[in-house]
Amino acid sequence: MGSLQNTTDEVLRLAAEHFKVPREQLTPDDDFFKKLGINSLQALDLLTRIEHHFKIELPDYELQGVSDFRTLAERIQLRL
Amino acid sequence: MLDLREYQSLGEALRAALERWPDEVCLIEADRERENARLTYSQFKHAALPLAGALQHAGFQSGTRAAIIMTNQSKWLVSAYAIFFCGGVLVPLDYKLTVAEQLQLLAHSKAEFLIVEYHLWRAITQAEGFKRLAARIVLVTEAPANADLAGAKRWEEFVDAREPVFVPRNRQDPACIVYSSGTGGRPKGCVLRHENYLEQCMALTSLYPFSPGVRYLSILPTNHAIDFMIGFIGPFTCGAAVVHLRTLRPEYIREAFTRYKITYMTLVPMVLKNLERGLRQRFADLPKGRRRMLNALISTNRALTRRRPNLKLSRTLLGQVHEAFGGELRAFFVGGAFTEPSTLQFFYDLGIPVGNGYGCTEAGTVITVNDFKPFRADTVGKPLPGMEVKILAPDAEGIGEVAVRGKTIMSKYIDDPEMTAQTIVDGWLMTGDLGRIDATGHLQLFGRKKNMIVTEEGKNIYPEDIENAFEGLAVKEFCVFAANYLWPARSLVGEQLVIVLHPEAGQAISQELIGNVADRNRRLLNYKRISGYLSWDRDFPLTASLKIKRGELAEQIRASVERSAVVPL
Repeated sequence: MGSLQNTTDEVLRLAAEHFKVPREQLTPDDDFFKKLGINSLQALDLLTRIEHHFKIELPDYELQGVSDFRTLAERIQLRL
Repeated sequence: MLDLREYQSLGEALRAALERWPDEVCLIEADRERENARLTYSQFKHAALPLAGALQHAGFQSGTRAAIIMTNQSKWLVSAYAIFFCGGVLVPLDYKLTVAEQLQLLAHSKAEFLIVEYHLWRAITQAEGFKRLAARIVLVTEAPANADLAGAKRWEEFVDAREPVFVPRNRQDPACIVYSSGTGGRPKGCVLRHENYLEQCMALTSLYPFSPGVRYLSILPTNHAIDFMIGFIGPFTCGAAVVHLRTLRPEYIREAFTRYKITYMTLVPMVLKNLERGLRQRFADLPKGRRRMLNALISTNRALTRRRPNLKLSRTLLGQVHEAFGGELRAFFVGGAFTEPSTLQFFYDLGIPVGNGYGCTEAGTVITVNDFKPFRADTVGKPLPGMEVKILAPDAEGIGEVAVRGKTIMSKYIDDPEMTAQTIVDGWLMTGDLGRIDATGHLQLFGRKKNMIVTEEGKNIYPEDIENAFEGLAVKEFCVFAANYLWPARSLVGEQLVIVLHPEAGQAISQELIGNVADRNRRLLNYKRISGYLSWDRDFPLTASLKIKRGELAEQIRASVERSAVVPL
């Protein structure tokens, strides 16, 4: 299991790739809905990609109330 | 389908359906690529009756209130049927509410039984207010084998082999208490009677028939009024099947169409828009020649179905598109929020009509829906059979408040005669929405008279409900409004919330204060967030009990400042 820092970095990299934005524009505390201009369905799409990458399963409800990359990484870390 | 005129209650009608089509599949629960459950009507009965027996053994009586807090899944429907079988009143709560909100509504509903999914139960029981609830029996679904449920019972083990006794209810008895809002202040618990649901179901299925073999894809939570009706009561009383998908992920929704040969599906505008976006991208990625051919076929289909849909023709012309949806799709239904006409037209042109509707919980779900005779993307359709719709005090353009009357209208808000009297006047439900009925009887919506917004996810957000998040803010007073309520706009697109800040005398709106507002805002669910703030330097008008006179304050703001004064957060 990697550190939370590594997980957060990976989440940021995956989000940047998925939404085609430069990685350096994203920071852990960004509100991804606002920063990426996405809705909750698009965020779920990212979650699928994250699941494949980390080989874990995150139910949809894990994303409820989560809007920044750091908290998302914490939820992932709990399942690694 | 069953002739629902013959039945007195949802429990009675569902019970008859389980006997009528014992070998038909009624319910499939899918989660990603897995299938968790597949039940025939007979198996559904045998899953629900032992639960009903255990409920009765535990003291469940006619009129007992039972709440369900679960995601979209088969145990929701099994539990609901057991509650109706026992003559109970169902309180379906939104699993997406915060724990504090769920506790508030549980307390308000006085539910004595609670059926809740394990991960939601864990969150609720950690809250202090849980111990003060009236709920004396808590059933937890899907708890891990080693979980300590601290007095709660496992849903899967809560069974009684003795034959339960069916408890009849009559049409005027309450069937459900459905909360349309009020988590922050004044809960609005709509009391819907058995008659409301039976009449609504008859009206809807007269327009969109379900039958054995029809498969309905359910992705909306069943606590949502639309899914409860179109994804449970409607299909079940017609011998059709419901396919529950426990995820909203677009890729699994796409897979479900082909795997389960879906016939109908209800979605909110955001999901429909997402499907449209995906299709447009796929079309754009086609080689130039094939794209040109597809466009020509779409134009042909559009021309040939201008007067009414022709499914056979559309499936022939646009076979690949229809195959991508499983080849059996007859229509989508969309509701809960405004849908752009261009999106509706996009699907119609592909030969996939979208039944665009309008309704509210207080009206027993659907008020109007498009009947495709012909399709009108610019309207929300015509009133359902049995539903009367009128426009109050229409202006020169015929636009006024939409009022509705019919057998599907709720009886009251529970424990709130004052709000009931404001909402149901001489038998007419005041919707607070602004609309016009055109010469062909179609309803067009233009905005709202009431202080609320509806998101593209179909969520009704009342400003009062999110003010709790800003309690203790370092200002003299504050108030949250729907921007379109402050500055009326004839639009239902991009509705936003605004916080009005009145600082103490001599206090400036500091960066620190705005940072605090932004922090609190970020902690709200994304669709509940405010978009900007307005600085206000006068005392708010208050009632004798020191509550803000919102209407009066809105008038003052409207008379003094323009919408452009709102500072984005």
